[in-house]
Amino acid sequence: MKKLIVPAFAAALTLGLSLAPSQQAVAAEGVAVPQQKWSFDGPFGHYDKMELQRGFQVFREVCASCHGLKYIAFRDLAGLGYSPEEIKQMAEDYTITDGPGDDGEMFDRPGKASDRYPDPFPNDKAAAASNGGAIPPDLSLMAKARPDGANYLYALMTGYEDPPADFDLLEGLHYNAYFPGHQIAMPSPLFEDGVTYGDETPATVDQMAHDVTAFLMWAAEPKMEERKETGIKVLIFLVIFTVLLYAAKRRVWRDIH
Amino acid sequence: MMNHPLVKWIDHRLPIITLMNKELNEYPTPRNLNYWWNFGSLAGIILVIMILTGIVLAMQYTPHKDYAFDSVERIMRDVNFGWMLRYIHANGASFFFIVVYIHIFRGLYYGSYKAPRELLWMIGVVILIVMMATAFMGYVLPWGQMSFWGATVITNLFSAVPVFGEAIVTWLWGGFSVDNATLNRFFALHYLLPFVLVAIVVLHLWALHRFGSNNPLGIDAKGPQDKIPFNPYYTIKDAFGLGVCLIFFAWFVFFAPNYLGHPDNYIPANPLSTPAHIVPEWYFLPFYAILRSIDNKLLGVVAMFASIFVLFILPWLDRSPVRSGKFRPIFKLFFWVLVLDCIVLGICGAKPAEGKWLYISRIGTFWYFLHFFVIIPLLGILERPRPLPASISEPVLKAPAE
Ligand code: HEC
Ligand code: HEM
Repeated sequence: MKKLIVPAFAAALTLGLSLAPSQQAVAAEGVAVPQQKWSFDGPFGHYDKMELQRGFQVFREVCASCHGLKYIAFRDLAGLGYSPEEIKQMAEDYTITDGPGDDGEMFDRPGKASDRYPDPFPNDKAAAASNGGAIPPDLSLMAKARPDGANYLYALMTGYEDPPADFDLLEGLHYNAYFPGHQIAMPSPLFEDGVTYGDETPATVDQMAHDVTAFLMWAAEPKMEERKETGIKVLIFLVIFTVLLYAAKRRVWRDIH
Repeated sequence: MMNHPLVKWIDHRLPIITLMNKELNEYPTPRNLNYWWNFGSLAGIILVIMILTGIVLAMQYTPHKDYAFDSVERIMRDVNFGWMLRYIHANGASFFFIVVYIHIFRGLYYGSYKAPRELLWMIGVVILIVMMATAFMGYVLPWGQMSFWGATVITNLFSAVPVFGEAIVTWLWGGFSVDNATLNRFFALHYLLPFVLVAIVVLHLWALHRFGSNNPLGIDAKGPQDKIPFNPYYTIKDAFGLGVCLIFFAWFVFFAPNYLGHPDNYIPANPLSTPAHIVPEWYFLPFYAILRSIDNKLLGVVAMFASIFVLFILPWLDRSPVRSGKFRPIFKLFFWVLVLDCIVLGICGAKPAEGKWLYISRIGTFWYFLHFFVIIPLLGILERPRPLPASISEPVLKAPAE
């Protein structure tokens, strides 16, 4: 019987591997992106809270002037290690349009922990008008919405360079080595010391790109730590249980052969 | 338990206990089944998992084009263990297909489709078709870019039907494009079809229990020494198989939940922006390759449907009196070529239909039909099978079990 288990798994694996092309097909349009090291890689991966806080700072001070983050409410920032007071403070820095009030008019009020992160533009038309016709996409799910998400985001942030001499760059677009087609409407968002980190980490472009990518991964998959921790427990249980079942099976079948 | 007065009272009036005892406990099963026979019960269990997680997901899901995507994100972020339910459901669909495909190839190799199990086999093909419809409509529900564009491409296939094509597509959509009405009806059907599947599975098992399982030798049982009761032998063996399957499954759910999915489906559906490559879920790729390998739309659609429907007539295409591929040296070889062909077609389905990939998918499609319509019938006549053992228990008792 052992002879058969091996081909069974081999078949399953082959099947599994034959799926890989569906992802590569898409990646193939762009350029292969260099692989970075991430704290959230692998089955024991976790988020580094300081890194997430730095990433959030980059998002807030740089990206948020163009991009929304609509699936994240201020209260979710507890996942970055902020206390309820800090979150309340942070939310109050924003002005949220609410209503209509009892007089039938919309009104402005300070943000609350339960508010979603406010969009920079009132609508897509306004977003396009301010960005030369391109709409900056919401970033909440961005890290899962591109092949090899995290590595791609990092590559995109650090991939601005001068176009090759024979490259026909359209007016208002920017050359990026990793964006599919290489012409992107987003100007390079990161500059050395574009933010001042509270923990005195030097704000190099690489550092900021790494931090903001980690933050966006968290925003896309806030339950990842819970998921992987649960997964380890489930797997330990299943392996033990399956070994016991195998022993039981051997025992029941002993008298058959 | 059987002797409890209440149980006896019920069983006398509705012999359900007797039935269960006969079909699940005593049920005589060939003693030599190998692990390839585990995949049927696995498929049944995954169907149950899909229904349970699906019903709970449906409690939080909103089938409206403006809210569907958001409601799935809400499940992922705000519903307790919502991420787990959704990842189980999404990866469960893939595992359902892995398990059922292995189950089908098991049947192909051991000749399980031959008399007297033709109808059992045909009911199985119906299950495959209903499963595909269910999974296709389920994939539309999260209303991401691939949901929307996949639905558009696949429903558009029906426009190839002569004369009535356009009318049929409008009717399927409930409008003039894939829109809210489409999403709504897909949700209604996605909720319904799994229960239809349960009913068909009951028929499948009913037909199975008429003559019992085939076995690796493909010969009929000669007497009681060839069979053992289902319980405890195959209950424990199936349980062990389930454990192994769940280990693989848990790996995907907890550590690579989006590996089998497509990143574009995390972008909300946008009718104004077509993705660069529209690819269906991996389990449809071989059929997608067959569809695109033919230039003419109608013929492509016909070929795609034919590639599944050919399975219905397989019992009559294969005239060899020997069931098991074990005793058919040439058939065995062609069987593995077919497996390879299907994998190659799957890879072609993921690539753009141009250049060398188009070539390869044409060869793959050609070979697929050649296998069923020429090679299999010819082998039935030309091949000299190896001698069959006298009975199941003979080789089992002599040689150590395989
Ligand atoms: C000046 C406005 C602006 C700022 C600031 C900005 N972006 Fe963008 N971003 C855009 C626009 C416009 C696009 C759309 C580009 C296109 O489609 O060509 C875009 C697109 C993107 C994309 C999608 C690329 C793709 O593959 O489609 C990502 C990811 C992204 N931005 C990340 C960021 C991050 C992270 C920051 C902060 C470090 C940031 N952006 C800051 C305007 C901006
Ligand atoms: C034959 C069994 C089933 C199969 C093969 C199947 C398949 C699928 C697939 C492929 C998806 C898309 C997953 C994703 O990418 O998000 C999906 C979503 C969904 N299914 Fe099913 N399903 C089955 C049974 C059911 C049942 C019985 C129900 C409910 C009664 C159900 C309810 C849902 C809901 C609400 C969604 C949308 C949520 C989501 O996308 O995660 N499913 N299904």
